[in-house]
Formats: sequence, C-alpha cells, structure tokens
Amino acid sequence: MTDLDWINTALTQSRPQAVAALLRYFRDLDTAEEAFQEACLRALKNWPENGPPRDPAAWLIMVGRNSALDGKRRTSRQVELPEEDKISETGDAEAEIADRIDDSHYRDDILRLLFVCAHPDLPIAQQIALALRIVSGMSVKEIARAFLASEAAIEQRITRAKRKIEEAGVPFETPGPVERSERLATVAAMLYLLFNEGYSASGGEAHIRGALCDEAIRIGRLLLRLFQTEPEIMGLTALMLLQHARTPARLDAQGQIVLLDDQDRTRWDRKMIGEGLALVDKAMRHRKPGPYQIQAAIAATHAQAKKPSDTDWGQIEALYGALERMQPSPVITLNRAVAASKVRGAEAALGIIEPLAGPLGNYFHFHGLKGGLLMQLGRHDEARESFDRAIALANTAQEAAHIRMHIDRLIRESAKAS
Amino acid sequence: MQYAILCYHDENVTSAWTKEQDDAVMEKLKKVQEPLARAGKLGPVARLMPTTAATTLRKTQEPPLIIDGPFAETKEQLLGFYLIDVQNLEEALQIAQDLGKVNPGGVYEIRPVGYFNRGAFPEAVGA
Repeated sequence: MTDLDWINTALTQSRPQAVAALLRYFRDLDTAEEAFQEACLRALKNWPENGPPRDPAAWLIMVGRNSALDGKRRTSRQVELPEEDKISETGDAEAEIADRIDDSHYRDDILRLLFVCAHPDLPIAQQIALALRIVSGMSVKEIARAFLASEAAIEQRITRAKRKIEEAGVPFETPGPVERSERLATVAAMLYLLFNEGYSASGGEAHIRGALCDEAIRIGRLLLRLFQTEPEIMGLTALMLLQHARTPARLDAQGQIVLLDDQDRTRWDRKMIGEGLALVDKAMRHRKPGPYQIQAAIAATHAQAKKPSDTDWGQIEALYGALERMQPSPVITLNRAVAASKVRGAEAALGIIEPLAGPLGNYFHFHGLKGGLLMQLGRHDEARESFDRAIALANTAQEAAHIRMHIDRLIRESAKAS
Repeated sequence: MQYAILCYHDENVTSAWTKEQDDAVMEKLKKVQEPLARAGKLGPVARLMPTTAATTLRKTQEPPLIIDGPFAETKEQLLGFYLIDVQNLEEALQIAQDLGKVNPGGVYEIRPVGYFNRGAFPEAVGA
C-alpha cells in the first residue's frame, strides 16, 4: 500500500470515532463534521512526513478540536493560526488523549452519533442519508448515486434532517444501561434498513447496490467490537454477511433475478459465509434468541446446504415459526408458508397464506408465491390471475421480468396439457 | 528447526479491503507459498477470522470464565496454538476447557479459521 492508501483507510476507519467525539464536544453536527474535515487535511500533510500516529482517531479528535476552537477564536478576533509544526509536536498529548479516550468512551460516542442519525422524529430515508453522510463520510454525490436521486434532493434531505435534530435538541449525557440497549435496538434497526436498501433496492433501475451492503456490514462489525457480548448484534452482523454472500449469484448475466434455488452456489462468498456461521454459532450460546439471530439462523441453514435439495426446510419452517411468535407479521407468515410448501406441499402452504389476502393484498411477493403454489397444483387459470396481479405490483423491472418467466412456463405447460 | 511465522495487521485495515484487493493479496501470497510447498518447507497455513468472531476462555479461575471477544491482555504472550476441526463453538470450548484443566493459568482464544491449507510437510517432520 502507498502512503496515501494507508492514510485514506485510516481516515475512513477513524471517522465514526472522531466525528462522534467531536460531536460530544461541540454538540453540533456541522461543526463536528467541519472539524473532522480540517483534521483530515492536516493529517494528509502531516502523516507522510512524521509517520502514522499511534492512535489515528485520537490524533484526529485532538487536531480537529483545536482547529475548530481556533476557527471560532479567529472569527471573533484576528489571531494567527498555530504553526503546522506546533501541531505535529503533539506526540505526548496524543498518547495521553489516546489513554483517556478508552473503549467505553468511544462506545458511547459512536452510539450517540448513530442514534442522532437514527432519530425517531426523522423519516427513514433521512435517517439513512444522514448516517451515510455523517457516520460513513460518503459524499452527497456518492449517496445520490447510491439512491439514484439528484444531488440536490439528497442535499435537501440531509439539511432537513440536521435542522430537525437541532430543533429536537438531542440529549448529550452518557446513556445509562437501559437507554443504551434501547438506543442499540434503534441503531440496529436503522442499520438493517440501510443494508436492505442496498440488498433489494426499493425502486429505480439497479436491483442491488452492493456498496450500501458493504457499508452496513462495516458499521455492524464496528458495533460488534464495541458491544462484544450482545447476541442480537452478532445476529445482525451474521445476517448481513450471510445474505450479502449470495450477491454474486443473485443476478444472471442479463441482470435478471436468480432465485435462491437456482443460484450457482459456488459463486457465494465462502469467506463471508464462514464469518456469518461463526457469529450465529457464537450468538446461540447466549440462549437469548432475538429476531436478528433467528433470521441469521435461517440464512445459515440455506448457506449450509451444498445444493438446494439439501436444504433443511423443516428447520427453516420451525425458525420462521419462532420468529412469528416473537414478532407476528403477515410477511413472516408468508415466508413460513414457503418453507411449509417444501416440507408439506403446496396445498398446506395455500392454507397458511389464505388469511393473508387481506393484509398482503398489495404485496408483490404474496401474489408471486400464490401463483407459484397454484401452478404446482395445476390450477393454471387461478395461477395466471395471481401472476398478473404480481406484475402489476412489481417494484423493479427485474421482479416483473421474473414473474413473466413464470407466466411463460405456465403457457408452455398449459399448451402441453391440452 | 521449524519456525512459526505469525501474521499481525490492523484489522481495521484488512477488513476494509474490497474483495478484489483481498483476492489480489491472497493470490500474491500463494505465489510465494507455492515454491516453498514444492520444496517441502511449508507447513499448514491458516488465516483467522476477525476478532469479532472470537471467544476467550480465561483459565485463572474455576470454572474458567468464557467471554465474548478476543484476548487483549498484553502482559501474556503467545506460547503456542492448536488447530482443531470440530462441529461448533460448543465443542471447541469443551476441548479448550479440557486442555485448560491440565494447563493452569493464562487464556485460550478460540478463533475460527477462515482459510486453511494443509501444506507440504512430510509426516516425519517434527515427530
């Protein structure tokens, strides 16, 4: 790696810690962000000459804080900036600050920063845009590209989010244990939303935006380092790893969706799967199951099957059953029905989804699954009806194309039968 | 004489590598390893998963303390390691506990292996 590569990596990795600490100090997102930018500029000048500091985050926090304070002083009365070499002679102070800012400090700072972004008053799109900007340091341009939105729209989203947070007045005291676990749950939820935005885009042309998934996993690992004994954070990180591992096989050469059963499993990322499985295993030892752990266990069951017919569908149905009891939702029932259809047949699965016609009447996957089950039972006309409904509700071109493929098969089978 | 070469790096850096960067590093490493393997000088090579996947067994009390996360005390030194092939963490911990009973004090860090290459050592070496 060249100097610049190393420095860029260090700056990216230090960002959550440094911005979080600066936010605690200045209590203002804009000031914290500007202070961090300034510290980065000075790092780019200073580090190639003086070598990397012992603790890059601590260096950035101290330099950022000083430069922002200088900036304030300068605007009040004209005082000269401290000379660069004065700042570089910060070895001792740096060591001191690195010792003082221990892990628990970092932990609360980062959690507070993430929580500020996951503020309950903000719409989800704003939460995610803000987190990408502030926590991950993505530029407005990069975020706009990821969301296929205009830069102006993203800029506006972030500005609004910041203003709302300022108006709401976020408390900055160190969170207590109860508050911390509540915050952690909020942050985990936001992180999973961020991941899902990348995993299955809610609109637009691109069906998968891998960079968002990578970023969510990176923050997940960071959270897990700070909260090493939280089984749900293990579960969430595992879930994201196990799902993202399939990305290389999820679309074919033409960019069409390839369903789990038809995916080339040799293209799944074995390294991510290994890490995901290890984390599920570790989480389970705690005997404190939660929704992320169960979903991760489901993904793990798929990952462990060398070929689709090896899948332990009985286990998956049981896991969906557990998830349903934990947080009842028609979408989870729908997923349990998929597993049930593999274990006990299409008829049984149809029985499970029948009561879902109301709540899931406008849900693409409900009609897609219903069509598939009816097709298996040879009820072709009804299947066609469901598939037509599914196409009308498709979110992306790929989803629609996938259903069209089913309809083509249906037509072929009907032709054969007649 | 056999030597162990222990790999250290900043996990923040290595886990930030893209898949392409990571693959490129592994490819280059293999090119160095292959002639060593042909010469019979390369033993098992293992790459460990991130420390977030680690569990630690601290043996200084009875029963030993099992904690999530990596071993992080610098006053203890790495003295050796085992490679075991087991079903799950439960089984690995059981083995670590059995070892710990006859080898008092210190810690075992149980860290899953992400990559393993058996290497080329003839059976007799090290016997």
